[in-house]
Amino acid sequence: MQTKSIFLLIGGALGLFVLGLLVPEWLSYLMIIAMGKGIVVLGVVLLMRAGLVSFGQGLYYCIGAYVAGTLTQFAGISDVLLILLASIAASVLVAALVGLLLCRYRGIFFAMFSMAFSMILYGLLVRSSVLGSTDGFNVLRPSLLGWVPTDDASSDLVLAVAVVMVMILGSLMWLYLRSLSGYAGEAVRENEIRVEYLGTSVFRIIYTKYLIAAALAGIGGTVTALVSGHVDPEMAYWTTSGEFVFIALMGGTSHVAAPMVGAGLFELLRTYAFAIAPYTWQMILGSTLLLIIIFLPSGLWSLVSRFSRQARG
Amino acid sequence: MTQLLAIIIDGVVYASWLFIIAAGLTLIYGVMRILNMAHGSFYAIGAYAGAGMVGWYFSTGSVPWLSFAVLIGAALIAGLFIGLLIERGLLRFMYGRNEVVMILVTYAILLILEDAIKLIWGVEPYFAYQPYSLLGRTKLAGLSFANYDFMLIVVSTLIGLALWYGLNRTRNGKLLRVVIHDREIAQALGINVSRIFTITFLIGAGLGALAGALTAPGLSVVPGIGIEVIVLAFAVVVIGGLGSVSGALVGALIVGLARAAAVHLYPEVELFVIYAVMGLVLAIRPQGLFAVASARKI
Repeated sequence: MQTKSIFLLIGGALGLFVLGLLVPEWLSYLMIIAMGKGIVVLGVVLLMRAGLVSFGQGLYYCIGAYVAGTLTQFAGISDVLLILLASIAASVLVAALVGLLLCRYRGIFFAMFSMAFSMILYGLLVRSSVLGSTDGFNVLRPSLLGWVPTDDASSDLVLAVAVVMVMILGSLMWLYLRSLSGYAGEAVRENEIRVEYLGTSVFRIIYTKYLIAAALAGIGGTVTALVSGHVDPEMAYWTTSGEFVFIALMGGTSHVAAPMVGAGLFELLRTYAFAIAPYTWQMILGSTLLLIIIFLPSGLWSLVSRFSRQARG
Repeated sequence: MTQLLAIIIDGVVYASWLFIIAAGLTLIYGVMRILNMAHGSFYAIGAYAGAGMVGWYFSTGSVPWLSFAVLIGAALIAGLFIGLLIERGLLRFMYGRNEVVMILVTYAILLILEDAIKLIWGVEPYFAYQPYSLLGRTKLAGLSFANYDFMLIVVSTLIGLALWYGLNRTRNGKLLRVVIHDREIAQALGINVSRIFTITFLIGAGLGALAGALTAPGLSVVPGIGIEVIVLAFAVVVIGGLGSVSGALVGALIVGLARAAAVHLYPEVELFVIYAVMGLVLAIRPQGLFAVASARKI
C-alpha cells in the first residue's frame, strides 16, 4: 500500500472516531452496531465472491458475542484485546471443525447447512439455563490494558475499538482480495474444475475463506455485544444471518467499503422503519431485497463504480 | 415399555405432520429446482386461515363436525390463492436463474408474507382447539393419546399414497417425472413445462397450508410459526435427499422419532438432536438417503 492511502486510512479512522464522539448518543450507538455488522458482512461478501451464500454467519456472530459475555460476566476478564483474541480463537476453532463438513457443499446446500449449524447453537443456547436461556445475559463494561473507563468513556472505548477494527480489517481484506488466494475465490465461482486442473485444491481455498469469514463474524459479534451490553440466542437465529446476507446484497461485493456502507444504511433504515411502520419492517426489507435482485444485482456499490467510471470519461 | 410406546406414537405423529410439510417442499424443489423458503409462510397462512375460520364457525353455533371441512377448506383456499399469486405474479419471471438467487428471492417473499400475515390476522394468538377436543382421547397401556393425533397419521398416510399414485400411475404424474429428470428434453418433447411448474407450485403450496391447518388445533397460532418450520422441513428433506418424496417420508420418520426420543428422555437437546441426525446422515451420505446421484454437467 502506498503512503498516501495509509494517511487516508488513518485520516478516515480519526474522522469516523471524532464523528462518533460528536453525534448524539443514539446515533453513535447505531454507528457502532453498523460497524460490528459491517465486519461480519465483510466475511459474508468474501464467501459470496467465491459463489457461496452463507445463511449461517450468525453462528460465529453469536459465538463472538457470547465469548465477550462469558469473559466479562463469569471469568472476570474485561480487557478488550483479550476478549477479541478469545472470540477469534473460539470462532476459528468451531469453523475449523464445521468447515470440514460444510466446505464440501456448494450452492443451496452450503446455504442451508450453514443455517442448520447456526440453528444447532441456537437450540443449545435456548435450553442452557446457565447462560440465561432465551433471555441471554448482560455483558459488563470492557477495559483496555488495565485502564477501566468510566460510564461515559466506556462507550468511547468501544467506539475506538470498532473504528480501529473496521479500518484494520478493511485494509487487510483489501490486500487479501488482491492476493493469489483472494483472486482464487472468483476463479472457484467461475469454474471449479478448471481451478483443480491448475493444480490447486478448491477445498483449501474455500476452507481458508470460511475460516476468515468466521473470524470476522466473531469480531463483529464481540463489538456488538460490547456496545449493546447484552447477548441473547437470537444472534444465532437464522434470521440474523439472513440480515447479513441482505446487507451484503444491498452493498454489493465489488469493494471492501460496500459492506460498511450497506450496514450503515441498513441500520438507519431499520431505525426509521421501526419508528414509522413497526409491523411492516420485514415487508419493506423483503421488497427492497426483491428490487435489488431484479434491478441492481451487483448492489448499491455498482452505482458508485458506474458514476466514477462516467466521471473519468 | 410405556415410555417406548409413548416415544413411538409421539414420534410417528410428529413425523406425519413433518411429512406433509416436507413433501410440498421437496416436490417443488424436485420439479422447479427452487428451494422455497416461503414454504414456511404457506404453512403459517394455512394455520391462520384454518384457525380463524374455525373460530368464526364455532361462534355461529353450527354443527361441530363440519368444522373439519371448514378448517381444511379455508387453509386450502388460502394456500392455493397465495401460491397462484406468487407463482404467476413473480416466480415465473425468474425461472432459469441460479438456485442460490432463487433462495434469496423466496427469502424475500418469506419476509413480505410474514408481515402480510401480521397485517391480515394481527399479532394476537389464535386458538382452534375445538376440533382437537371434539375427537376425544384414547387410553393405551395407561397413557392417554388424543384421537386427533391418530387422525393426523391417517391423513398423512393418505396424502403420501395419493402423491405416490399421482406421480407413478397417472399420465400427468409421468409428465412431471419427465420434467424432474430433464427439464430441457421435456420441453423439447413438447411438454408444457410452464404449466407443470404452476401445478406443482400449487400442490406444494396447498400441502404447506394443509399442514398448517392440521396443526392449528393442537397449538396456539402466533406470529413467527412459519419461520421455525422452514428450517425443520429443510432438515427432513435433506436427510431423505432433496427432491425425493419417499425420501421425505423416511426423513420425517427419522426426525420425528429422534425428536420424540429426545423430548421423553433428555428434553434439553430437543432441537439439537434433529440437526445432529442431519449432520450424521450427511457425513455418511452427502446427497441424502434417497437422492439419485447426478452426473456433473461441465
